[in-house]
Amino acid sequence: MTESPKNTESPKNTESPKNTETPKSTGPLARYRDSRKERIDALAQLSARDRSAEPVQVTTGAGGTGPATPDHLTVTESGAIQEAPGVSLWASAWRRLRRNPVFIVGAVITAVFVVVAVFAPWLAPKDPTIGYLIDEVRPQTNPVPGPQPGFPLGADDRGRDLLSRLIVGSRQTLIVGVLATLGGFVGGLILGTLAGAFGGWVDSFVMRLVDVMLSIPSLILALSISALASEPSQWTLIIAIGVVQIPIFARLLRGSLLAQRSSDHVLAARALGIRRGPIIFRHMLPNALAPVIVQATLMLAVAIIDAAALSFLGLGNPDQRIPEWGQMLGQSRQFFYSHPQLAIYPAICIIIVALGFTLMGESTREALDPRSRR
Amino acid sequence: MAYSSTRPVADRDRPLLSVEDLTVTFGRQGEEPFRAVDGVSFTVRPGQTVGLVGESGCGKSVTSLAIMGLLPKRGNTVGGRVDFEGTDLLSLGDAELRNRRGKDLAMVFQDPLSSLNPVVPVGLQVTEVLERHRGMSRKAAMPVAADLLSRVGIPDPNRRVKDYPHQMSGGMRQRALVAIALACAPRLLIADEPTTALDVTIQAQILALLKELVEETGTALIMITHDLGVVAGLCDEVNVLYGGRIVERGPRHPIFREPRHPYTNGLLDSIPRLDTVGERLTPIPGSVADNLPWDHACAFAPRCSQPVEICTQTTPDLVTNGDRALRCHNPVEVPR
Repeated sequence: MTESPKNTESPKNTESPKNTETPKSTGPLARYRDSRKERIDALAQLSARDRSAEPVQVTTGAGGTGPATPDHLTVTESGAIQEAPGVSLWASAWRRLRRNPVFIVGAVITAVFVVVAVFAPWLAPKDPTIGYLIDEVRPQTNPVPGPQPGFPLGADDRGRDLLSRLIVGSRQTLIVGVLATLGGFVGGLILGTLAGAFGGWVDSFVMRLVDVMLSIPSLILALSISALASEPSQWTLIIAIGVVQIPIFARLLRGSLLAQRSSDHVLAARALGIRRGPIIFRHMLPNALAPVIVQATLMLAVAIIDAAALSFLGLGNPDQRIPEWGQMLGQSRQFFYSHPQLAIYPAICIIIVALGFTLMGESTREALDPRSRR
Repeated sequence: MAYSSTRPVADRDRPLLSVEDLTVTFGRQGEEPFRAVDGVSFTVRPGQTVGLVGESGCGKSVTSLAIMGLLPKRGNTVGGRVDFEGTDLLSLGDAELRNRRGKDLAMVFQDPLSSLNPVVPVGLQVTEVLERHRGMSRKAAMPVAADLLSRVGIPDPNRRVKDYPHQMSGGMRQRALVAIALACAPRLLIADEPTTALDVTIQAQILALLKELVEETGTALIMITHDLGVVAGLCDEVNVLYGGRIVERGPRHPIFREPRHPYTNGLLDSIPRLDTVGERLTPIPGSVADNLPWDHACAFAPRCSQPVEICTQTTPDLVTNGDRALRCHNPVEVPR
C-alpha cells in the first residue's frame, strides 16, 4: 500500500494494518485519519477491481483472448504508444529524425538536388551545349559575357548559358556520386562480410588487403586508377571513386559484424542450433548494416567532391558537351582573377550538395546510435 | 508458491544428462591457464529440476555453455564427459551438435532484450526454430508459434507474432524466449539466470511459468542462479559451486534447513529475511578474487568463517553421504 501511516501510530506497530484503522475517532488527527481511510478504501476498491480482472496466478494455455496476465497493463500502455504493429528500428529512428532540424535541412537540400538532377533537361532554360553569346566573347577585352536578360548568371568563355550548365551538370554529379558509392558499398559489403563473418585466415587476408588500400591516400589511388584507363570517361571516374570507397565500407562492416558475433542474440541463435548461413544473413548482417548504410550517405558527399576533383584535374569525362561541376571549375582557372563567378558558382553547388548529404548522414547516424537514443 | 512437486515418474532413475568431471580451462598460448570449471559432476534425471548456485565467477555459466558446446573453440579447453541420453556431447562434431541444440536441449538466457534479434519479429524467431528442427514451412509454423506464445502467457499472440522485441515488455520478452526454447519440446532446458534482468513481480511470474511448463512437459531443467530464493521455489536438487567446484549438494529442503558447508551457510545468512527484523545481515567477507588455488588448499578458506589449519594445506574431497555431498574439512555442525 502506498499510504504510509504517519502520525496515528508508533512506527513499531505496523505488522497488522488493522491496528492503524481501529483507534477511536477523537482528537485533532481524526479528520486526517478519516480522509486517509477514504483514500485507503478507494485504493482497496481499485485493487479489488484489478484482482477480479486478472487471475492471481499465471495461467498458460489460455488461448488467444484468454484472461489477461499481469503483463497486460504494460501491453496496453505500450500499445497506446505504438503507432502501428511492426515498428522497426528504422521506424523509431525516423520518428526522431522527423523533428530534427539538421536532418530536415539536409534532406531538403538532397531532395532539391535529386529533383533538379532528374529533371535537368526540362528545368534548364537554355541548351547548355550551344554558345548563344559566342558573339559577345572578345578574347582580349571581355572573354566571359556577364549576366544579361535571359542569362541570369551570364555565360562561360564559349558563350554557353552558365545557369543551364550548372543545372544539367547536377546530373553527372548525381550519377557519378550514386554509382560510385553503390559500387564501393557492394564491394565493401562482400569483403566486410567475408572478413567479419568467417574470421580466421579469411579475415586476416581480407583485412591486410584493405589495409594496403587504406594506406594509399584516396585521391592518389583514384588518380592512378583513372590514369590506368586508356581514355578517361564517366566510367573510369565511377570505378576509381568506387574502388577507393571499398576499404572504408569493408572495415566498418567488419567491425560491426564482429560486435554482432559476440552479441547475446547471436549466442542465443547458436544455442538453438541455427545454421551458419541464417546466423550470418538473418541475425548478424541486418543488425550490422545500420552504420554502413549511414556511412553511405556520408560517402556520397565524399564521392561528389572526389568526382569534382578528378574532373577538375582533367580525368573526368572529356566530352565537352556534357557539363560537369568539377570540369567547369577546371575550365574556370584561367579566368579566376577577372571573372571569379565561373569558379564560384560550381563550387557553391558542390559545397551545398556535399553539405546536404553530410547533414543528412550525420543526423541519421545520431538517430540510429543507441547511445544517443532517448 | 507450492512446495509439492508431482511429476511423471517414468524413467526417473536413469539420468537424462550426466556431467562427469567437466573441466574448462581458459587461457591462450603463453598465458597462464585458468580453470573456470574444475571437475564438476552431476546428473539430471528426466523431469528433474537441478539448481547450480554460486556467486559471480564461480563457473555456473561456463558449465552451461560447455554443456551446450557454445564456448569459443579458441582459448578454451573442455575436458570430461557430458553424457546426454547415451552420447557424449563433447565428442560430437559441430554439425551434429547443431542438430541437437534447440531440439533436444535448449537454453534461456539472462537478458531477454539482448537475447532476441532486434530486427526480426518475435513470431519469426519462433518459427525459425521450428523450420530448422521440425522441417516445417514458415506458413505451417506460424500458427504453432502463435500457440506457443499463448502457452507462455502472451496475450493476443496472433497480433504479437508480428511485434519486434522492443515493442514488448521485459516480462513478455522473457516469455517469448521461453517459448522459443521450448518450441521443439527439448528434454533438457538450461535456464541461465532467467530472472536476473527482470523486476521482482515479473521474476515470480517467469519462475511460475517455468515450473508449470517443466511439470507439464516433463522437461528436465537446469536452473543456474545466484538467487537462493529461486532455488528454494523451484529446484529438486541443489549444487552449490565455489571456485569452479561443487562444494555442496543435496535435496532442496535439507540443504536449506541444515547447510553443512560454510559457504552455503554464508549464502543463506546473507539473504534478508522477514522474520528477523532489525538484525544485520552477515555477508561473506572478501570476493571470489581472494580464492586460493584448489591444488593444495580449500579455495574458500580465506573467506571462511571457521577455517582450521588443514584448510590451507590439503584439498578437501567431495564426500558423498546418501543424497548429500560435501567438500569441507570443517563443516558446520549445528543445524540452523
